[in-house]
Amino acid sequence: MNILSAFIVGLVFGLGLIVSGMGNPAKVLGFLDLAGAWDPSLAFVMGGAIAVGLVAFRIGGQRARSFLGHPMQIPTARQLDKRLVIGNALFGIGWGLAGICPGPGFILVGSGIPQGLVFVLAMLAGMLAFQLLPKR
Amino acid sequence: MTLDWTHFTPWSALAGGLLIGLATALLLLFNGRIAGISGIIGSLLPKPPKGDSAWRLAFAGGLLAAPLLYSLFAALPASQVDAGWGTLVIAGLLVGFGTRLGSGCTSGHGVCGLSRLSPRSLVATLTFMALGFTTVFVTRHLFPGVLA
Repeated sequence: MNILSAFIVGLVFGLGLIVSGMGNPAKVLGFLDLAGAWDPSLAFVMGGAIAVGLVAFRIGGQRARSFLGHPMQIPTARQLDKRLVIGNALFGIGWGLAGICPGPGFILVGSGIPQGLVFVLAMLAGMLAFQLLPKR
Repeated sequence: MTLDWTHFTPWSALAGGLLIGLATALLLLFNGRIAGISGIIGSLLPKPPKGDSAWRLAFAGGLLAAPLLYSLFAALPASQVDAGWGTLVIAGLLVGFGTRLGSGCTSGHGVCGLSRLSPRSLVATLTFMALGFTTVFVTRHLFPGVLA
């Protein structure tokens, strides 16, 4: 049951990325280009998603289990450390280079765009590299 | 600052954002999980965890199938990748490594984290946004053609 719901959620998430314009790297770069002709559209994507998310986490935060009976696994980490800042800085540089973040990478692959496949394979390699690093 | 009115699409952006929010709400309320794409996918590496992999793969399958489903009803919107192959590889490596080191991406920190008012995700989101803006400024205005 949780497999079916995860598949449907992936579909809905993907449709949202396509409809919103996040699936178009040129549009993402247009949003990140403050000094050029700025396209603020993607701020509306974040706004719309967070508006729904605020309600969802308000409801979900009060529950011990999900509607399907799974434990609610909400992150508990609170530390603001170097790892958080450096990791997100590296991510931001990569995002600004190609205009692709993880979700839209999968949308490009699903759309049959070869550049998307190259990006996603490199992204998986980057994730794997992190996992294989010795943990302190 | 000049606004690019010809490409400005507030309504479709808002509609897409609401769908992304809906997906986030469904995964949280039905599966009890955070819809953070880098975490959902990255946790499958180096080897998929026993008993906690099927839903991750199903989610990825849904993402991959979304363009096909969309194309049954309407032509997919144009998608333009300007980055060359070398840039795509470097960008992918940075995004993959950075999101794992920083515990999230646009969805996990930007949407879910901000929705649950997490200070940690606010710092993360401000950081990747700032570097995204800076990177585009450097590659388009400071050293135009550097990626060509």
